[in-house]
Amino acid sequence: MASETSRLRFSSQGSVLVVEFADRDVLDEAAIRQINSELVRQIEGAKTAHVLICFQGVEHLSSAALGTLITVNSLVKKRSGQLRLSNIKGTILEVFRITKLDRLFQIHDSSEQALAAFPKG
Amino acid sequence: MSTSKAGSDSGSVMVSASADELEALQTSVASALTRHTYGEHALFAIRLAIEEAVMNAIRHGNLSDPRKTVEVRWAVSADSAAFHIIDQGEGFDPGAVPDPTLDENLEIPSGRGLMLIRAYMSEVRHHGLGNHLEMIFRREAAE
Repeated sequence: MASETSRLRFSSQGSVLVVEFADRDVLDEAAIRQINSELVRQIEGAKTAHVLICFQGVEHLSSAALGTLITVNSLVKKRSGQLRLSNIKGTILEVFRITKLDRLFQIHDSSEQALAAFPKG
Repeated sequence: MSTSKAGSDSGSVMVSASADELEALQTSVASALTRHTYGEHALFAIRLAIEEAVMNAIRHGNLSDPRKTVEVRWAVSADSAAFHIIDQGEGFDPGAVPDPTLDENLEIPSGRGLMLIRAYMSEVRHHGLGNHLEMIFRREAAE
């Protein structure tokens, strides 16, 4: 079976797994399923429990994508880590506010601010 | 089957579970909105509402049955954009959908599509047994 092209980019910043999106739209259900399984696999295999998801370049986001973020949040919490989100465009931030998920997630303007907010050590 | 043509201000299309069909619909609608000089926020709102409505119809209406389709009829004018999304399911009671913004529901991964449609559209109506959704975006109210 041919391997699918990754829809995410992963890197490490100190004790934090940093995730970025390759696509500008996170809408399509098949793509979101792939993103979900990539995230779960990477987080479960990571040495660190903390995760930053950076939304730089993302223009659209559906409720299915929000569902994936909630699943990831539960997984990260179960591993005693923190999930933080950053670089969310204004229109998408409005989606978080409408659904009141801005109360559930730690949202930062920039990845630098988010990285500085994780516990040290 | 599709009667949506490039450069058209209205159309009727049957969408199955294929992402390509939905994307083609989104492209046709976005072209019509752009021709009528709708703003960036309107394009964002309408794209999201179409995505949520069609995915709800496929998943909850047609129960992801690949033999079933969703009919989408749409019309864009200078003042408004109107959509009818009709699935082949047995309908539902929109009043029975739990409020996903309540504290006890905040960590449930699903159930936010309908509330996003209501938030971004000017008017939302359910017809018949609930398997026919009508949603209208009125330009003056939103821009």
